[in-house]
Amino acid sequence: MNSAMNTPSLHLVSSNELPFTSPAMTEPLLKLDQIDTFYGQIQVHFGVNLSIGRGEIVSLLGGNASGKSTAMKVILGLHKPRAGTVSFDGKPLNGLPTSQIVRRGIASVPEARRLFGDMTVRENLLMGAFTRKDRAGIAEDYERMLELFPRVKERLTQRAGTLSGGEQQMLAMARALMSGPALVCMDEPTMGLSPLYVDKVLELVQTINRQGITFFMVEQNASLALQIAHRGYVLQTGRVVLSGTASELLGDQRIRDAYLGGALAAETAS
Amino acid sequence: MTAWFDYTINGLIVGNIYALLAVGLALIFGVSHLINFAHGSVYMVGGFIGWLCLTRLGLPLPVALLATVVGCALLGIVIERIGLRPLQGAARIAPLLATIGISFVLDQLAQIVFGPDPRPVPSPLPQWTLSIGGAALGSLDLLIAAIGVGAAAVLYVFLRFTRLGWAVRATAQDRDAAQQMGVNVNAVNQAVFAIACGLGGLSGLLVGMYYNSIDPAMGFQATLKGVVALLVGGLGNVPGAIAGSLLLGLVESYGVALFGTSYRDLFAFVLLLAFLVWRPNGLFSSNRRLPPEPLTGTFLSNRRAVRIPRRVIVAVVALAFALPFATPSSYVVQTLTNGWIYGLLALSLTLVAGTVGQISLGHAALLLIGAYASALLSVNLGWPPALTIPLAGLITAAIGTLLVYPSFRLRGHYVSIATLGIGEIIGLVVLNWDSLTRGPVGITGIPPLTLFGWQLTGARSVYWFTLAVLVLLALLQVRLLRSHLGRTWRAIREDDVAARAYGIRPNRYKAIAFACGGLAAGIGGGIAAHLYSYINYQTFDSQVSILALTMVILGGLGSVIGAVAGAIALISLPELFRFAADYRMLIYGVILLLLVRFRPQGLFGAV
Amino acid sequence: MSSTSTNTADILFDVRRVTRRFGGLVAVDEVNVSVARGECVSVIGPNGAGKSTLFNLLTGIDTPDAGEVRFGGEDVTGMAPELLAARGIARTFQHGRVFGNLSVLDNVLIGAHARLATTRRGWPVVGAFAEVVRALVGSAAMRREDAELREEVTALLARFGTRLTPRIDEPAHSLSYANRRRVEIARALALRPRILLLDEPTAGMNESETAEMLELILGLKREGLTILLIEHKLDLVMRLSDRVLVLDDGRKIAQGLPDEVRNDPAVIEAYLGHRQVGAQAGRSETAAA
Repeated sequence: MNSAMNTPSLHLVSSNELPFTSPAMTEPLLKLDQIDTFYGQIQVHFGVNLSIGRGEIVSLLGGNASGKSTAMKVILGLHKPRAGTVSFDGKPLNGLPTSQIVRRGIASVPEARRLFGDMTVRENLLMGAFTRKDRAGIAEDYERMLELFPRVKERLTQRAGTLSGGEQQMLAMARALMSGPALVCMDEPTMGLSPLYVDKVLELVQTINRQGITFFMVEQNASLALQIAHRGYVLQTGRVVLSGTASELLGDQRIRDAYLGGALAAETAS
Repeated sequence: MTAWFDYTINGLIVGNIYALLAVGLALIFGVSHLINFAHGSVYMVGGFIGWLCLTRLGLPLPVALLATVVGCALLGIVIERIGLRPLQGAARIAPLLATIGISFVLDQLAQIVFGPDPRPVPSPLPQWTLSIGGAALGSLDLLIAAIGVGAAAVLYVFLRFTRLGWAVRATAQDRDAAQQMGVNVNAVNQAVFAIACGLGGLSGLLVGMYYNSIDPAMGFQATLKGVVALLVGGLGNVPGAIAGSLLLGLVESYGVALFGTSYRDLFAFVLLLAFLVWRPNGLFSSNRRLPPEPLTGTFLSNRRAVRIPRRVIVAVVALAFALPFATPSSYVVQTLTNGWIYGLLALSLTLVAGTVGQISLGHAALLLIGAYASALLSVNLGWPPALTIPLAGLITAAIGTLLVYPSFRLRGHYVSIATLGIGEIIGLVVLNWDSLTRGPVGITGIPPLTLFGWQLTGARSVYWFTLAVLVLLALLQVRLLRSHLGRTWRAIREDDVAARAYGIRPNRYKAIAFACGGLAAGIGGGIAAHLYSYINYQTFDSQVSILALTMVILGGLGSVIGAVAGAIALISLPELFRFAADYRMLIYGVILLLLVRFRPQGLFGAV
Repeated sequence: MSSTSTNTADILFDVRRVTRRFGGLVAVDEVNVSVARGECVSVIGPNGAGKSTLFNLLTGIDTPDAGEVRFGGEDVTGMAPELLAARGIARTFQHGRVFGNLSVLDNVLIGAHARLATTRRGWPVVGAFAEVVRALVGSAAMRREDAELREEVTALLARFGTRLTPRIDEPAHSLSYANRRRVEIARALALRPRILLLDEPTAGMNESETAEMLELILGLKREGLTILLIEHKLDLVMRLSDRVLVLDDGRKIAQGLPDEVRNDPAVIEAYLGHRQVGAQAGRSETAAA
């Protein structure tokens, strides 16, 4: 298995079995502390602080060039920050290669899916379980995935590259879940999807979250993200300018300004 | 009719052997986007390991085959770890050059250990023959076919059904995504190198047995054939590599049947160029757009050129002219003269590869054209060298530019492969066009250098003449570099997309660069012909091309002074100090490796 | 949707129903753009809207599958970038593409390449030969042109105050990111463009650098330069543009004056999401105004 935290394996559990604990009470699962990131000379993050509690769905919002995708890369070890620490389950991740970070219990649903296009749907799913050795567990989760994602089940022997955008997104999520993670990081999961699939994706995130898996979503579409998130952060040109529960953010006119322009300082009211 | 069937079978068998090479190249390219120019050397090493097992150790064939595979797999791991892993962050061209350096080292090591002569390889197989439709297949043919098919099957099973195989496929498709699935891409790279080199080594042994001969120089041609098959099948496409190899084998077989053995290699390279021009994405891709290759234009790190004060340069040049007075030895003077000739080649290459960023791997062919042009004009028509040498320069400029022009649309690796192929073709054409070039016999009795009736006897006068020509052309090149042409060329090298957005037509300026370079190299070749008095198609071959590149990198890509310095360093100095003459190529290989790893900007930096 | 009425004679850039497909995806779907002389038009839209693809179609890097691009009355659809440069179309690149190992001066000199007599094309082979001879020997006319060009470039760089002039001989890679982007603009201006296409000119810049760039572009606008711009910083867009074009999913969803566009519900929805901001649907918590 992946981490020492005894991630519940993916059983279908009825929704009243797992009481939802307020995330504020427990130690955060993932924490970014004063992260400064650079691309060459360009600074992309200025002292970014994020924390994600166990069992939460947290959304990172922001317009273009806000630094949201880079935040994902920093967490997954694909880009090293110049300052600050990333810790998962209390232990620092700084400096670890991606292949190690993923083994600690973080799974990734990359932007634009990044499926292995020439491999079949089945092979993509099994690649998701690459870090696992427990064949029985893998087989069990494989079956669960097919139940949760019926569209995927229909296309097992097809090459992943031939699926539609929405189907690919389903497959990418299933692939990520196959590793039995504690935290799933999703980068712009609704981009380019038809409304039907957008609904499906969001529903699935909520269903799986109720079983105890934590989600971190980078998303451009604020209203969609905030519909299912418990909490959110808003990034603007590399700084966290707003944070709060989803309802607080949804009601805040400043979110509109953060996207549609207008300098947002903590003191400025819209 | 049976003859044609015979040729077909023969072509398929040889194609099988190429496939073992090409598949390895495809695997390596797939996961690391690198063309392993050392692959042929591994193939050669495989042949020798097998030979050792069969003859010196008297081991049975299956054991020899196994030992070859294992030995070369280990070699592959070493190559990846030492030669390539440290270059991961560098520009794409760096690993290509590193593998070239490694091939030099391996080839010369083999030559030192085993001697340059070819040796026969026994085929300890029972004497079976199988008749199919009139063609007779011997047991070796069957073995090769069996190994080919067997290796393909094993590879298929590996890639389809094993964990590591999946990791390889995933990495080849999307390195980042594979990492995010937990794949250790470094380990995958090593595994791929091991497999690829194991197969390559096996191929070498089989070739040795098939043609009953192995020698340390067989690697280079093998690399080239493998690269052709790789390109035809589509870079990185493993089944494509098999198809490309079979096609190559057939083309060669039919070509030899129609035109004779010496045309064998010519066909391979013509096939290469045809694909580069019409189907650069390979047989199986329907799209004819150029593959998106990351820009390798700037191999140069962002470092400053070392500025040498003009006084110093003038002083050194004056010293160079004065040198013959200081040393009585005409040997020293002659060696330096040879150095000046290579200096002309280096000038040419530093312009093309350094200033314009087109890493040409076939540049020695320009020297060859120049040498032949001047030689033929003076021998056949009796014209004086004072006339034939400049003409040779012009002819080389014209022919060289014309031949290279179709490759201007290519970038990065493809440019290097194209120039390599064109260089080889020129050599082969010179070899085969008997009526013009006297074929393998070469040209003898080339008249010595005369300058308007004045025979330049004596090492000194030749020395001064050559040095004067070099200084003149160097000054002209500096002038060009300082003009608007210089900045236009450099703009193309730095970013041809931005250059085009500002009205620069890349083809035009690349052509101008190759023409200017062709002029310098052609003149150098012409002088060499009159100096050497005998030339043949091997006088300036692919080894010289790579040597020229090493010189130019040593001196600093783009630097005129560096080009000359590099030439002297690598041609004259070793000669003068009798520097381990047998180890020369080895040393060049090591120098190239060290440069690429630690000082890619060379002695004088990039300009 | 009102826009300044433009007389056809004034329209410099006329893009009609331009379409680009990549396999099944339609990246740019029948988009119309027109830019009149002296106007500053901005193209905005969320990620993946097709702005960069559109730009590539207008600058010759890519060819449209359908539609027409007319510049100054001439059909330039599918023309190579070199030819567009010769017609006075100058562009900058996202993240700035300067010639790293060339000096600032050389970078900007290159900008003028398309309009110099020194680099004129001439006949096929002979013209190239002539250009080499010019580079080696030169003529009085050529030297004069070169001197004038250098003066012009020096003056151009002076526009940027003390940012670029003291660094005129430094290689571009040694400059700060903001300075590199300024060099890019200087290079574009050296072309003496009839239209300037700017691709996210302030991407990656902090507030003060963005403000400086805004002033610069406003200055260019005051001088009458026609500008077409992709930008994400919408407050910048509002201050600079005469008209704004909004793309989403490859299609134009709004066009008009900056203020109109800003309050257009379709635009707000495109940026923020397909449900109304502030209203709730389904499971979440309290609604707010």
